Amino acid sequence: MTEAVPSYLSPTGQEIIFLLLGAVAVGSGLLVVTTRQLVHAALWLVVCFGALAGCYLVLTAEFVAWVQVLIYVGAVVVLLLFGIMLTRAPIGRSADLDSGNKIVAAVVAVATAAVLVTVVIDGFRTAYTPLDPGAGAAKELGSAIFRNWVLPFEALSVLLLAALIGAIVISRTDIRGRD
Amino acid sequence: MIIFAALAVLLPFLSAAAGLLGSRWPGHARDEQGDERANRRAAWVAVVPTGISAVLAGWLAATHGAGFGGGEVLTSSPSGGTGNGGPGTDGVTGTLTVVDTGSIPISVGLVVDDLAATAGVLVTVVALAVQIYSVGYLRGDRRYPSYSAFISLFTSAMLLVVYAADLLVLYVGWEIMGLCSYLLIGHWWEDRANSRAAVKAFLVTRLGDVGFLFGIFVLGAAADSFKINDVLAAVPQMSSGTLIAATLLLLAGVAGKSAQVPLHTWLPDAMAGPTPISALIHAATMVAAGIFIVARLYPAFLAAGPTLDVLAVLAALGMLGAALAALAQDDLKRVLAYSTISQLAYMAAALAAGSDSAAIFHLVTHGAFKALLFLCAGAVIHAVGSNLMSMMGGLRKELPITFVTMTIGFAALMGLPPASGFFSKDEVLAAVEQAVSQGPLTDAAALLLYGSALATVAVTGAYSTRAWLRTFFGTRPIVALPEPAPGTARVIETHEAPATMKWPIIVLAVPALLLGLVRIADVHWGTAGLSVAVALLGAGAVYAVWRSDPLSDPARMLGPLRAPCERAFYVDSVYQWVFARPVLALARLVVRTDDRVVDGAVRGSGRVTLGLSGLVRLTQNGNAQLYVTGLLAGVLLISVGAVMFG
Amino acid sequence: MHVVYPAIVSALLFSIGVYGVLARRNTILVLMSVELMLNAVNLNLVVFDVWLRDRLHGGQVLTLFVIVIAAAEIGLGLAIVLALYRNRQTVDLDHLRALAEPSPPGVTATSDATPGTDPAIPGTALAHATSGDETAPSAAGPERTSGRREDS
Repeated sequence: MTEAVPSYLSPTGQEIIFLLLGAVAVGSGLLVVTTRQLVHAALWLVVCFGALAGCYLVLTAEFVAWVQVLIYVGAVVVLLLFGIMLTRAPIGRSADLDSGNKIVAAVVAVATAAVLVTVVIDGFRTAYTPLDPGAGAAKELGSAIFRNWVLPFEALSVLLLAALIGAIVISRTDIRGRD
Repeated sequence: MIIFAALAVLLPFLSAAAGLLGSRWPGHARDEQGDERANRRAAWVAVVPTGISAVLAGWLAATHGAGFGGGEVLTSSPSGGTGNGGPGTDGVTGTLTVVDTGSIPISVGLVVDDLAATAGVLVTVVALAVQIYSVGYLRGDRRYPSYSAFISLFTSAMLLVVYAADLLVLYVGWEIMGLCSYLLIGHWWEDRANSRAAVKAFLVTRLGDVGFLFGIFVLGAAADSFKINDVLAAVPQMSSGTLIAATLLLLAGVAGKSAQVPLHTWLPDAMAGPTPISALIHAATMVAAGIFIVARLYPAFLAAGPTLDVLAVLAALGMLGAALAALAQDDLKRVLAYSTISQLAYMAAALAAGSDSAAIFHLVTHGAFKALLFLCAGAVIHAVGSNLMSMMGGLRKELPITFVTMTIGFAALMGLPPASGFFSKDEVLAAVEQAVSQGPLTDAAALLLYGSALATVAVTGAYSTRAWLRTFFGTRPIVALPEPAPGTARVIETHEAPATMKWPIIVLAVPALLLGLVRIADVHWGTAGLSVAVALLGAGAVYAVWRSDPLSDPARMLGPLRAPCERAFYVDSVYQWVFARPVLALARLVVRTDDRVVDGAVRGSGRVTLGLSGLVRLTQNGNAQLYVTGLLAGVLLISVGAVMFG
Repeated sequence: MHVVYPAIVSALLFSIGVYGVLARRNTILVLMSVELMLNAVNLNLVVFDVWLRDRLHGGQVLTLFVIVIAAAEIGLGLAIVLALYRNRQTVDLDHLRALAEPSPPGVTATSDATPGTDPAIPGTALAHATSGDETAPSAAGPERTSGRREDS
């Protein structure tokens, strides 16, 4: 961390790829929150998550990247699409996807971005890390999880179970609370 | 010795507590039977301790003070000043406890000397008579238990005043008397006039009491002690300015309690209370407290000449004015009330003239015969059903006992021998006569006092005769009796009063007639002859006027003076205009200010708050997104602040 | 690799998520925006893990955990959205105003006619009528009251 920081003006290949993927992720994210078609939003979300998975790959976090693809792209977005269908949302353009809060929201979001970017640039201007492949491979992560993070992992499984039961209880109509 | 005095004071107090708390206990029967049972129990609770107190007071007077009956102690020369054995010379003082106040301690103590013993006997005997009399007078009254308890409390307070050895302890009794007076005058509070009279008595006497309290403070601070003995011992060392200020302040309290000009207006109105109360409070004891205090602190007064002059002028005004007012009243009780003011002014005159023994002598005899007169008047009112003399007449056949006893009372009031009033009034007149030539008074004040006293003797004879004639002689006008007002007795058949009312009258008639004989050796025959002649002159004039037309009021001989006399020289109206109206207007102004400004500010702030909260609640519209927006914006601001200033 | 790049991408994604949460009306779109914000955090976690060369791989493991939790969250969130849709027939956030305090009576005329207070008025009126019917005859005749007392 203390070594000399390479110039920003001569990016490496990894950086160029990362920036391209980041631009795709940010751009598709913007489309997610601005598109007028509900289903398109879900699809742009897929693009965004995919680009993020690419970013993870560039950052040598292979396992996380694959998990991202599997769970987010494969499960979460599909779940969201089911949700869109089940709430009988209109397929196609709809004019009222944004609430009246839009302008204030934009102001707050831009302010957030400004603050965060300023702070990040201010704080990590000199931070640089070389990337060595294999650091985030499945083997490494697996040994980390099952050696050092077993207890949180098990707790998380219980959490998942609870969420599962909760979702069932909430969505089923024939289960009533005790009166 | 002191323990017996304390017992005499405490017994009526305990009886008051018992009467107030225990009359209806146990059981809460509110029907006729329950009332009757409660009344009977309350009567026993009230009468027996008062009787014991009377015995104790009599015993104290007989064993210790040589008492009034002995007559030796009071036989000092009229100008002798502290002839009544300055307190402490032969009195027995006992201190029960000392209350440490940080500066001047208050010693709760009692003193029994001649003055206290004499007054104690007067108080307890009259209180006992009144208690017994009330049993019959208020038969069937639902509030009799509280009434008798208040009388007991009153008796206790008066005894405390009489026996107190410390000025502040005395003041306690003094104030309790004011309270009891208020409660008892307002006994029939359903009638608005009665409660007004009660409030008036309370306020007027309280006005004087403020001065009294500060007078005590001045004396106590100057003597560095509140003990009466210490105060009197320190009198020679005090500056005359201090003494004059203290005694003038005390005089305000005395004028309030003893109904002297200019604070006398409450007494006639206080006749709205039951008649025994008039006898007890407003004739024999409470009004006597003022005179008693002056006699108690007499050395201080003697040392303050200007105060005595003021007292003399007030007494001169009061005795003649009140007597003239009494001459024009139609209400029998008001006649007696004004006569009380007049007679109290006599005592004040004796004090001003430098003879406290004459004042106390007159106080005692007046207490006896005025209580007698009031109780007789109560019997008459009880029989007739009205307070007004225009409703009476010819009662001597129907009420023979009352006739005889009341005749004795009137004779004493007029100062005819051999009734007690003759002797006491003679001593007062002799003292005043002597004051013209020598004594503490300035010449002008003394002359005014003497002339006024002689004139008052004539007017007293006139109004006594008038009341006597109009009540017992002539014929009774045939008038359809109105519904008895709450202020009068309910029974309207004309017959002699019940035994409980009859016997106190008869018993009181004895001292009223004979009490003066103990001082027969001291009669100044010249003055006495003049006084009797003047009194008979007044009486004869009234009799002549009455003979010419027995049905109409002899007061018509006053001519154009009659209306002012009947209204007591418009003092009430003047007070109404000068004090009551401006105060009421001020009070209304304050109320309006309170309503408009203070409450307006409160209400306005409430309304402003409501309006502002209405603005605030516009944002609380339930839109969760808006809330989150606000939340994030706030977090942003905080983090920006933290980054920039942190 | 400069750490600033992924950090900036992450910050921008997070801000986009904020905008989505605040501006979108459809609840499912809001959920998507929340996912965007979570992913921004994930990116940060990964890049710091790489930068700091954490021997325990805390950053990446936590990323995995966050992904799992996000999956659970989306499941629960969708269940809630579905329940909402069943009950309210809408998933629009600005139609869900149950958080607001009901208007105080007397402020507007329409607020008085809320369904909660409406049935009470005829009910009380009815109670008055019946009580009046009962007291009138009992005041009129003592024999009827005594009869009633025997009945009861």
